[in-house]
Amino acid sequence: MLGRTLREVSAALKQGQITPTELCQKCLSLIKKTKFLNAYITVSEEVALKQAEESEKRYKNGQSLGDLDGIPVAVKDNFSTSGIETTCASNMLKGYIPPYNATVVQKLLDQGALLMGKTNLDEFAMGSGSTDGVFGPVKNPWSYSKQYREKRKQNPHSKNEDSDWLITGGSSGGSAAAVSAFTCYAALGSDTGGSTRNPAAHCGLVGFKPSYGLVSRHGLIPLVNSMDVPGILTRCVDDAAIVLGALAGPDPKDSTTVHDPINKPFMLPSLADVSKLCIGIPKEYLVPELSSEVRSLWSKAADLFESEGAKVLEVSLPHTSYSIVCYHVLCTSEVASNMARFDGLQYGHRCDIDVSTEAMYAATRREGFNDVVRGRILSGNFFLLKENYENYFVKAQKVRRLIANDFVNAFNSGVDVLLTPTTLSEAVPYLEFIKEDNRTRSAQDDIFTQAVNMAGLPAVSIPVALSNQGLPIGLQFIGRAFCDQQLLTVAKWFEKQVQFPVIQLQELMDDCSAVLENEKLASVSLKQ
Amino acid sequence: MAAPMLRWVGRGRLWTFARVDGGSCHRRGAPTGSTSNRIRGQSSVAQQPLYTTQKPRKGEHKWAAVVGLEIHAQISSNSKLFSGSQVRFSAPPNSLVSFFDASLPGTLPVLNRRCVEAAVMTGLALNCHINKKSLFDRKHYFYADLPAGYQITQQRLPIAVNGSLTYGVCAGKKQSQVIPKTVRIKQIQLEQDSGKSLHDDLRSQTLIDLNRAGVGLLEVVLEPDLSCGEEAAAAVRELQLILQALGTSQANMAEGQLRVDANISVHHPGEPLGVRTEVKNLNSIRFLAKAIDYEIQRQIDELENGGEILNETRSFHHQLGCTMSMRDKEGKQDYRFMPEPNLPPLVLYDATSLPAGADPQQVINIDQIRETLPELPRVTRERLVQQYGMLLEHSFTLLNEVGLLEFFQNVIKETRAEPKKVTSWVLNTFLGYLKQQNLAVSESPVTPSALAELLDLLDSRTISSAAAKQVFEELWKGEGKTPGQIVSEKQLELMEDRGSLEQLCHSVMEAHPQVVMDLKEGNPRAINKLIGLVRKATQSRADPAMIKEILEKKLSS
Repeated sequence: MLGRTLREVSAALKQGQITPTELCQKCLSLIKKTKFLNAYITVSEEVALKQAEESEKRYKNGQSLGDLDGIPVAVKDNFSTSGIETTCASNMLKGYIPPYNATVVQKLLDQGALLMGKTNLDEFAMGSGSTDGVFGPVKNPWSYSKQYREKRKQNPHSKNEDSDWLITGGSSGGSAAAVSAFTCYAALGSDTGGSTRNPAAHCGLVGFKPSYGLVSRHGLIPLVNSMDVPGILTRCVDDAAIVLGALAGPDPKDSTTVHDPINKPFMLPSLADVSKLCIGIPKEYLVPELSSEVRSLWSKAADLFESEGAKVLEVSLPHTSYSIVCYHVLCTSEVASNMARFDGLQYGHRCDIDVSTEAMYAATRREGFNDVVRGRILSGNFFLLKENYENYFVKAQKVRRLIANDFVNAFNSGVDVLLTPTTLSEAVPYLEFIKEDNRTRSAQDDIFTQAVNMAGLPAVSIPVALSNQGLPIGLQFIGRAFCDQQLLTVAKWFEKQVQFPVIQLQELMDDCSAVLENEKLASVSLKQ
Repeated sequence: MAAPMLRWVGRGRLWTFARVDGGSCHRRGAPTGSTSNRIRGQSSVAQQPLYTTQKPRKGEHKWAAVVGLEIHAQISSNSKLFSGSQVRFSAPPNSLVSFFDASLPGTLPVLNRRCVEAAVMTGLALNCHINKKSLFDRKHYFYADLPAGYQITQQRLPIAVNGSLTYGVCAGKKQSQVIPKTVRIKQIQLEQDSGKSLHDDLRSQTLIDLNRAGVGLLEVVLEPDLSCGEEAAAAVRELQLILQALGTSQANMAEGQLRVDANISVHHPGEPLGVRTEVKNLNSIRFLAKAIDYEIQRQIDELENGGEILNETRSFHHQLGCTMSMRDKEGKQDYRFMPEPNLPPLVLYDATSLPAGADPQQVINIDQIRETLPELPRVTRERLVQQYGMLLEHSFTLLNEVGLLEFFQNVIKETRAEPKKVTSWVLNTFLGYLKQQNLAVSESPVTPSALAELLDLLDSRTISSAAAKQVFEELWKGEGKTPGQIVSEKQLELMEDRGSLEQLCHSVMEAHPQVVMDLKEGNPRAINKLIGLVRKATQSRADPAMIKEILEKKLSS
């Protein structure tokens, strides 16, 4: 049951094959068993069980709230959850319990979803590995998959298996690990430069970044307001569409959400053929750092579309190479501004120093933020200085416009969706990953995903195949603004063609016993 | 170094303040008589009065002062600029604070339509160009009562620009002549108010009240076209009247709904502008004028004595009547302005640009707001002058005193007396009594109806004007009697009976033969004495004209 998709388990709930409470308990027990993945910061067991009980009553009375009623979900710990600690994986917000729900959280709850807990991330979502949070790194469930383990046994160079675990990617790595390890059926991430799509690719999931303005940001603790979008992590495209249907729509509390009527619910038709489609391949995305495996899968995917009758065109996004540096200026500037509120006065961490208000601010912020956050605040404030503003911020805004126009031009040339890699390669081991600093890593890892955020477009990462090492590789589809449904429809067709394998975690469960000091495991079916 | 306050006291500068005050423009007896003559009759914005030094040592050093104002008016609205919290003065601390006002992470601003309408109305009333597209920016600084660490304002593209404010300053012999002047308005921007910090020095802690945090403000920036405290005061008073007429702000300075910062510099005419200081904490119009005049003179003195003016923020000290350096921030503040990413551009429409089928709840139509503008003070004054034949300066007085115009109009409504009579009674007698006892119009013991009845009695010649004054004095005691009751109780009716008046004249003449003699010997003024005596005998109830006529008749017979 746990290995099923959201849609499948929803049907099982409706048919009474399982009750919400049973489902909830199964997930809770798996969360405990996979605690070593460090996917969750807070497990809201009591809340989830209470919600399950209510859901169960609704099912008994035939008053189900819909597809999400009774479905266990997880939420990245940078969304405000009323009464549940929301930390952003930072000392600054340890112990902070928001008095309100983010709009997206509220919408999930209104649809009857069960909130299992708050998932781990890089501090304030600044990172691409889910390694830089105050609660420690998230481990990629694929590190413990049968597929990966078997390949490793064949490799004579692998030595210390336990310390060779892989990163999830990030910053929504906790959400990705939670869905990937079957502890929930969908999770909310946030996506500012790829933070949902990147871990989705590394964890073999569908990672969807909706169009900017389609889903409310109210209650999402911001990284870069003009690029942040709540992201959706699921096991299949249809599931992402169900969640999107629950979340999308204007929010009076977020003035950047759009009011234009959007087709709801997001039911995805099954495309019979793709002959009317035009797929664009941005030539600038073929970078030397791209691994040969990803490159070959990318080109196979293009071939697949072509062989099925779609038109496949090479397109140019000429300003792509400026995206990283432009993003750096805009991101750090907004970060400097957004982080100004964390001063120790109203909420969150406060230092013991009380010599003066200024001294208290300084010490609180030094103690509360990690190096990555402090570094970005410092850069951002530099870019916003009066003497630098024109040279950095304004220029970056202009470049951003050029990058956005690149996409407009590509779509105007008749392209329906763009097909690109999501990441340079499959997930790397943690020890490998931390050889580079956060800034370098973020710059490298966001290269295919970041420009989309600057243009506000919808994009989705779809797991395609396993690498030679037995690790998932994802490809990204980018759509026209607010053509989210079209984008997902194409993605759904592609998903059906590639038949990405399900993660085999039976071995994890056996290994788990070692990791969890021989804790007795309940037998759960992890296979479909 | 430091403590500039002590430095002045040491030099005895504080004591020179009295002269500074006397030296401000347009005042009679100013040491710059020729200058103020030059000003007279001008409405040009470029004209500036010149200051002479106190001790004209090195020849003729003339100074000109340049004053610009930044005025923050709290918008009169039910809720705050970007949140749904209520706006109320003197509510219990931190009782009107939404999650957004406290800057809880993840909260977002939602623009209040009423505040935008208030800004458009104010902009139109001040002859501004209304920008169809305006933008919001973040202005960063750390302060305990600014929970977000930034204020949302309109730095780059404000909602209204390039306006003007016409005001009047008093001049002439008795300060009774009103000269119209104009100050240009640079811009009007929407922005958030901050919270309030209460410093408890004893326990060395600061208490924060966020009730005010996020209340909508209109920042009205005036070009530096003003040249003295009096001009600044008159301009601010006019703005206050306009805001109140529009209802866009209660503009009560004592409650902080209108706050004024003044940028002041002095220079020699024809030379570049001097270094300016900013004077804050001006919470009444009177202090505004005082502070500006003090600061102008301080700068002149400083420069005359070889000192220099620092570009600094100074605060006005009410008790001492001087400005003092606030020495608050080390070095220059860099506010690191940045576009507010959570608010899309604010787009306004007019009749021509309004999209067809637009939901009226979702759009703001400038032309529609223009049509609903109420009568502005300037127009009210013109109407008063035309309708009631009063002098312009009288109309100024009527509007400047809170509630006086309404009082006047209520009297007019209920009385048959001539408007000129009403004007005279309201502005001289009534206002005189109020001023004497330092009362507001709303605190007056005399109601408009009572005054109207009194004026009716006068108009119907039931009582003399002397008796009317007496009745007014009785009314002022506030014992609840009507003028009619007072007149009959005190027997103040005019003596209409010619027979008894003739008798009275006769006996007065008999009793004062000497005066009659004087008269007959050719001293015409002696008749006034007789009139006076008769009036006294009638307890001022007789018409002096009738007395005179009877007396003259008797004397010539």
